[in-house]
Amino acid sequence: MTSHGVDAGRPIHEGLFESTADGSIALIGGYSPTSGKYHFPLLDTCPYSGATDVQRVALSRDATLWAWTAVTAAPPGYTGPVPFGFGVVELVREQLRVITRLRESDPARLEFGQPVTLVADELPDGVVTWAFA
Amino acid sequence: MGVRITGAGIHPFGRFEGKTPTDMGVHAVRTALAEAGNPEFQAAFCGTAYGGVASGHKVLGALALTGVPIVDIEAGCASGGAALQLAAGAIRAGQYDRALVFGVEKMPKGIIRSSFFEPWREEAGLAATPAYFALRAQRLLREAGLTKQHLAEIVVKNRRNGVHNPDAMFRKEVSADEVLASRVVCEPLHLWMLCSPNEGAAALVLQRGDGGVQLAAARLRSHLPGSVLGEATPLSGIDDHDITPPSTLAARDAYAEAGIGPDDLDVVECQDTDAARELLAYQELELCAPGEQAKLLAEPRAVVNPSGGLLSKGEPLGASALGQVVEIVHQLRGEAGPRQVDNARVGLAHTVGRGANAACIIVTR
Repeated sequence: MTSHGVDAGRPIHEGLFESTADGSIALIGGYSPTSGKYHFPLLDTCPYSGATDVQRVALSRDATLWAWTAVTAAPPGYTGPVPFGFGVVELVREQLRVITRLRESDPARLEFGQPVTLVADELPDGVVTWAFA
Repeated sequence: MGVRITGAGIHPFGRFEGKTPTDMGVHAVRTALAEAGNPEFQAAFCGTAYGGVASGHKVLGALALTGVPIVDIEAGCASGGAALQLAAGAIRAGQYDRALVFGVEKMPKGIIRSSFFEPWREEAGLAATPAYFALRAQRLLREAGLTKQHLAEIVVKNRRNGVHNPDAMFRKEVSADEVLASRVVCEPLHLWMLCSPNEGAAALVLQRGDGGVQLAAARLRSHLPGSVLGEATPLSGIDDHDITPPSTLAARDAYAEAGIGPDDLDVVECQDTDAARELLAYQELELCAPGEQAKLLAEPRAVVNPSGGLLSKGEPLGASALGQVVEIVHQLRGEAGPRQVDNARVGLAHTVGRGANAACIIVTR
């Protein structure tokens, strides 16, 4: 798997992430000034407060590792490689925890609080999703 | 005026080639109705998640018992609890004198596929249910100072109990070493620490009145938003230390309705979809303070999962909550044979899953 921008393939779903000027990607989230909270993916209503003043934001690409495992058998509907890393990262600026694929598929090589960065992740058939590495 | 449980029936949980959910439902309903003396009932509530359209009607149609209102209910792992709440509420409100509550399920094999997830989320590998269990387990181990050895202990305990349950899928005792030697599905969870989705049915007859085995409370709650690893399985979340989980919401409602507290429980059947889920339930049901699981394991109070739990029985979603209640009814009547809990008078059944939905049911005698 290579790390590159979303231009190289078809995004797995519209509106989850966008290409950045440096050829990488950024997750698209929402921020509600009323609730003061961020969310992902972008919704038109703040999922914590119901406020409708949600602003579209590009989320931080840097995060820390909060929980992780490896998926050892292909779950339903998935045709990509196994094992693959799977976990939760914490975006420190946004105080947001995000479910994500992880580039590292050996749980023993990861640590709590480890710094990780958003990357584009290639799946079969030219599909691109997000991961942290 | 209270609600009595006058009949309890179960079709064993397992894999039954050639049997339909209707076949299993008929068995459970017949057993429950026979125990109650084959009374007339004014309404029926059927829990199922994968049964499809009119599952309850098919069962009662096969028994020539249609004509009454039949309500089919999906609430994930808590479907049976949701059915019970509706039936009990209708009886308490005076709408019916007697109601039949049952659950049926025949789960597909392998990792549970759920229409809950959008197709792209499956394609990205983000619909891996055991992986969410694993992340939750990892956080619990870290926050409660527990180890994989504690997870293995839960499996050993529940499988030991399951040996004595003729309705369980797995009836062989296992050692902690064997559990830890089973293959890793998603670190830190090994294969034997996870329950198997399977098939089965359970049924209860409820009647307005006092005496005997009482349904003291049946309460369903959903989640409050924010918890990234909660059963609502969102794609993101926030710091959830101040967000009360749905199991705690349901438990507090049920304790209040029954007028008891966690210290009053003699027997508990809780959601052990994986070994860590049982340990998490200890704090969510307030059997212990957060992080005090190891202490509770060392000095147990209520007997937890005397049926062998889902780790021994397997999990037929629509039937599992009612299967727990059937076990508690047997315990409270003193009919649980070799797995009988001494002087059991107060029991709690707990299920939690997709939705999120959490159900807590309290049964007393």
